[in-house]
Formats: sequence, C-alpha cells, structure tokens
Amino acid sequence: MTFFMQILISGLVVGAVYALVAFGFVLIYKSSDVINFAQGEFLLVGAYIALSLVVFYQVPFPAAVALTLSMCVILGVVVERLVLRPFIGERVISVIMATIGLSLLMRGIIQMVWGTETRTFPGIFPDMPVRLGDVVVSQIYLWSLAVAVVLLVVFTVFFKYSSTGIVMRAAADDQVAALSMGISVKRIIAITWAIAAVVAAIGGILLGNINGVNPSLAYIGLMVLPVVILGGLDSVPGAVVGGFIIGILESLAGGYLDPLIGGGVKEVAPFAVLLLVLMVRPYGLFGKEIIERV
Amino acid sequence: MLVLNNVEVMYDHVILVLKGMSLEVPEGKVVTLLGSNGAGKTTTLKAVSGLLKSENGHITDGFIEFDGERINGMEPETIVRRGIFQVMEGRRVFEHLNVDENLIAGAYTRRDRRNIRRDIDMVYGYFPRLRDLKHRTAGYLSGGEQQMLAIGRALMARPKLMLLDEPSLGLAPLLVQEIFRIIRQINQDQGTTILVVEQNANVALGIADYGYIMENGKIVLEGAVDRLVDNEDVREFYLGLSDVGKRKSYREVKHYKRRKRWLS
Repeated sequence: MTFFMQILISGLVVGAVYALVAFGFVLIYKSSDVINFAQGEFLLVGAYIALSLVVFYQVPFPAAVALTLSMCVILGVVVERLVLRPFIGERVISVIMATIGLSLLMRGIIQMVWGTETRTFPGIFPDMPVRLGDVVVSQIYLWSLAVAVVLLVVFTVFFKYSSTGIVMRAAADDQVAALSMGISVKRIIAITWAIAAVVAAIGGILLGNINGVNPSLAYIGLMVLPVVILGGLDSVPGAVVGGFIIGILESLAGGYLDPLIGGGVKEVAPFAVLLLVLMVRPYGLFGKEIIERV
Repeated sequence: MLVLNNVEVMYDHVILVLKGMSLEVPEGKVVTLLGSNGAGKTTTLKAVSGLLKSENGHITDGFIEFDGERINGMEPETIVRRGIFQVMEGRRVFEHLNVDENLIAGAYTRRDRRNIRRDIDMVYGYFPRLRDLKHRTAGYLSGGEQQMLAIGRALMARPKLMLLDEPSLGLAPLLVQEIFRIIRQINQDQGTTILVVEQNANVALGIADYGYIMENGKIVLEGAVDRLVDNEDVREFYLGLSDVGKRKSYREVKHYKRRKRWLS
C-alpha cells in the first residue's frame, strides 16, 4: 500500500507538469489550430534560464522565477511574431513543419549555450521529506503539485470570467466574427503563445528542481501528445485530466510492470494509450463537440 | 456620415466585384441596400468594415469616408473603434460561449468597462427572450435568437453606424417582422445610424428612410423609400407587384417580361 501511494504521488506530480505543458499546447491549438511541436523546448528554455539566473548570477529563487517568466513572455511573443505570423493563411501542414523546425532550432541553440550535461538547481526547497501517514514525500513534490494545481485553477478562472479570457475563447470560436467586432486576433494569438511559454517554463522549473536539467527534458513536449489526444485536442479541462491520468499511468507502469519485464513499459505506456484512444475515441475524452442545429 | 465614392473592389487581384460603387448614409437614418445574389452587397459592407483583407480583397479605386475621414485601408479594429460595427451574414455568434459572454465579447473595444453591465441590461430590454437564455450556450439557440444575439452584441459596442448583413436570412416571416421592428426602434432610441443589406426588399423598405438598389457591382437606382416603392421596376422586380395593391399573377408573366429600364 505504501509503495502504491508513493507511486501515485510521484505520478500526480509528473501528471501536474504534463497538465501544465499540455495546457499551453491546447491553448495554442484552440486559438490558431497550430500543433506546437516546440512546446518541450519552451519548457527547456524556461528551466535553463531559471537555472542560469540562480547558479551563475546568484539571483534569489523567487526573483529568478519572476525574471524567467517575463523573459518567456517575450520569447512567446517573439516566436509568434517571427515564426508563426508569416504562416497566417498557409496550410496547417506548413505551420506544423515550421514548429518542428523551431523546436530543432531551439534545441540546437540550447545545447550551444548550456551544453548537454545534466545540471542541478541548488537546494531551494528544504530536503526534509514530509511524512503523510506511512508515505514519505519530499517537499519539492508537494510544492510542485501545489503550484501546478493553483496555476491551473487560476487559468481556468481567467478564461471563464475575465474579459480577456472571454475574448480569447471568442477568437478561438470564430476568428472572422471576432475580427468584425474589433478584437485583434493577432494580439490574442500573441497572448496565447506567451501564456503557453510561461506555463511550459514553470513546468520546466518544477521538473528541473526534481530531476535536474538536461536537454532530454524536452521529450516532455512529445509526452504532451498522448495527454492531449486523451483529453481532446481542443479541451482545456481535457488537458488537465489527461495530464494527471497519463502521469499516474506512467508512474504505475514504471512501478509495477517495469520490474516484471525488465523496464521500458513506463516510456511506452502513454503511447499505447494514445493508440487506443485514437482507435476508440479519436476526439478524446472532452474534445469539442461540434454544435449542429438540425 | 458614411460616404462611398466610386469604390472599386477586387478579390485576388483579378475578380472585380464593385465597379464604381457610390453610396451615402446620412446620420441618424436607416438606409437599405437591396440587390440580388452576387450584386456585391456583402462586399460593400466588408469594404466599409475592413473585413475584405481577411478574404484577399482590396479597394483598388475610389474612397470611403466616415465622419469626413478616410477609412479605406484601416484595420478592422480601428474601424470598429471609430464607431462602425458590422453584423455579419449568417449571424456568426460565438457558438461555444454563452449569451452573456457573447455580449461581453461584443463590448471588447469599449473603454468604459463600468457601463457594460448596464448595457447588457439594455440589450435584454430590446430582446427579452435573451434574458431567459443568458446562460445558454449560443450554439444551441434558435436561428432567430442567434440573430437577436448578433444584433445585441453589436449594440454592446455602442456603434455610431451599424451595418446589418441580411438579418432576415433563414428566419420565419413573423420573426423577420419583429427583428426589423426592433432595428427601427434601436435607430430611434439610440440614434444609431443603420445600413441594412437585404434580399427581402419588402421588409427592408418597410423600415428604411432611403434605399439603394445595386446590380452588378454598382448602384442602379436610389431614392427615398416612398419614391422607390412607387417605381415600376422596383415593384416588378423587388416587390413582386405589377399593379397597385394587387399580387402579381403568374399567368401574366408568361406573356410579357418586363425589361429593367435602368440597364438600357
């Protein structure tokens, strides 16, 4: 039982990060129909910038996070401006190729700047683990979970009630109609990319504190695919639920199945789910129902 | 208030849709623009509201002035901020947003955020049915309710000039009457100038002060509404009447086909 709980909690933490990254991914897809293959690199950039600020420039952690996030806002806007905007009106496949190119470019630059070895954050969160009954959990796990959950709630409220959030959903629904009421769709898409970069960076900082930072973290960007396919490509709640399900599933597979057959199940399990979902329910758990009045 | 002078619009650099279109909308009036399919009515509205760009259309000649200022070539958002709001054909409500949220989205360009609640109430005053549906997802509303929402959404921006593109499209005759009555009422209460494009000449001429008839990319006839409805051609081709107060008989149609005199 303790083992199970231990696995469950680490699954929740990983799932929370998946949910964050998938959240950004879904936002971009909803607002502009773009599948962003560079989401993992946004995560990596965020993690590295925060790490550099803390380690090399000795910036206190909270300030470093704030600084990182503002830089990521700029990064998101610049990427949208330079890479995505020229593709407005082009076919979806060209845009997807552009984001793949962007991801390779970003990964190249990251490796040039920061190299490929794993770097670790200095102990920011207290090392003392917390005991929850029989289960021992390190504090960073709890912090990560809390941060992710709070962020997801904040963004959900933002989209539901704030006027900017409403306008963003409106633009996602019908761009031309949004344009006709003076909504600047370009600005909305830029905001979307900024938010996507920020949530990815937060995910990166959290993961970086848990496992250290190296370029392979960017594979989270790929793990987002099973998450969003499961949740529904255009559903924000779907991204959150899908993130937690995939995180827990991966963790369970790693804990129970890997020892049996000698490893590898953990990495494969999410993609098995991906295939299954595509066969049974291709629009995912919460994919947008197309409203048709007959 | 709004002046189009000799406007030419081309799509994709080859298809000439408006061929010297001139039109004037005086402040505080309801003006209707009539014409058959493909005459260029919607293009005219889009030229005014700046939405041509998203369809690769360009104004290649002439100019459009609003309150004495040139607005051709401006971004749609700038034009909305100047006070022109287009209600697009086919209603185009935000289907996955509820009624309230649709109205809030319509008020995007407003700077006086505090008055938005009050104006939502004003919209519900004009369209009481929407009040009961305010938390309903707009995609599930009936066609008439969606049209009311589309007009209400336009009101939220408090425009000086409202462009309505075929508000009668796909609605039951009674509902069409009701919507046009409310359009007239909005014009009177709020002083909103209205340019309404219609296929349903009868109902449009019923509320308008002035009418234009367009064919093949330009205006062929214009005049005050009472003069237009007396015009033989309008009666024949747009109102389906041949003698005063008498419905057209299909038996006569076979014998004789009236020629449109404005084309010769």
